[in-house]
Amino acid sequence: MESRLTCRLDPLVHRVGYGLTVVSQRPLVAIPAWNEQASIQEVVTKVRSHQPGAAVLVVDDGSSDGTAQLAAAVGASVVSLPFNVGVGGAMRTAFLYAKREGFDAVVQVDADGQHDPADLDRLLKGLESADIMVGTRFHAESMYFVGGPRRWAMVLLSKALSRMNHGRISDPTSGFRSAGPRAIDLFSVNYPAEYLGDTVGSLSIAIRGGLTVHEAPVTMYYRATGRPSKNALWSALYLGRATLALVATLFKTSKTSKADKA
Amino acid sequence: MTTNLIAVIAALVIFIFVFDLLRRGVLKEKYAVLWLIVAGVGFVFAVVPGLLDIVGKALGIGAPVNLLFFIMGVVLLLVSVQLSYELSRHEARIRRLAEEVALLKNAWEQSREKRSREHD
Repeated sequence: MESRLTCRLDPLVHRVGYGLTVVSQRPLVAIPAWNEQASIQEVVTKVRSHQPGAAVLVVDDGSSDGTAQLAAAVGASVVSLPFNVGVGGAMRTAFLYAKREGFDAVVQVDADGQHDPADLDRLLKGLESADIMVGTRFHAESMYFVGGPRRWAMVLLSKALSRMNHGRISDPTSGFRSAGPRAIDLFSVNYPAEYLGDTVGSLSIAIRGGLTVHEAPVTMYYRATGRPSKNALWSALYLGRATLALVATLFKTSKTSKADKA
Repeated sequence: MTTNLIAVIAALVIFIFVFDLLRRGVLKEKYAVLWLIVAGVGFVFAVVPGLLDIVGKALGIGAPVNLLFFIMGVVLLLVSVQLSYELSRHEARIRRLAEEVALLKNAWEQSREKRSREHD
């Protein structure tokens, strides 16, 4: 009952000013997961212990393993997509869910245990002064290292987006980020599903929609499982697709503004 | 003359085939129209043998048959682009539907749980 009241008062609170949003913040931790049964329970449990006040939503992106059941067993809400639509589609589902259920903050966390739930606080607090907080793995204390063409692609994307944003975004491909009410409104309507669209594309849409994007240092671990493949061909492809994704989003203005108005 | 006859028959077969698909409601109008135009233009060129040469000469094309290939290339390209466009639109719509289905399923399961708890 209490939460319902808060959510109805929310629009008023936001009009008054950002300082007050903390009082009413109702965060949703969204975890897009595709066949992550090995790590999903640990991630959900950790998130819940770090953020007891937050709801946890696992968006099961067409998994064929036990991801959905395992996540539900440790207390996460589960939304199961009928087939795999990619991280972008899974996140838009999460934003739709957040909007309809009256959440005013969404934090995206990877299901593979790459992100440290201890950073959730920082990403949520950052929403007091920004619409989107991007967790960056590149900072003084970071142990994360990327090299070769993949690094060039990241530097290129970072330069371009930082320039658009008039503020530094050192890690635009980071999937560890949070979104406030204005970003939830935008992303529940318009969230790209293409490769890199869920990270770079969504930031570009947000900046063009007039949202404020800030960043915060976070800890990221290397993937324990999966394929951080490092051969030259893959890296070259990555660079090419990253550039294409960036160029495509740069020219994608009209549709965004229309969706924003609607 | 036989080659012309073959062309006429081919154009007619395409026309009848496409029209039949349209009649049975298998093919939607927006796709059928393009193919009917292709069949129609092919028919005209097949029936009037000199037409291709006349048009080709008028456009300054040495071998008129190249005009035919060029037009065919352009038409096929346009059709492919149209299909890619439709496909992209459908992908976006299907994705949207998948999201809605997932959310509805979640809402339904929750209300069912709530109801069964109330019964207990």
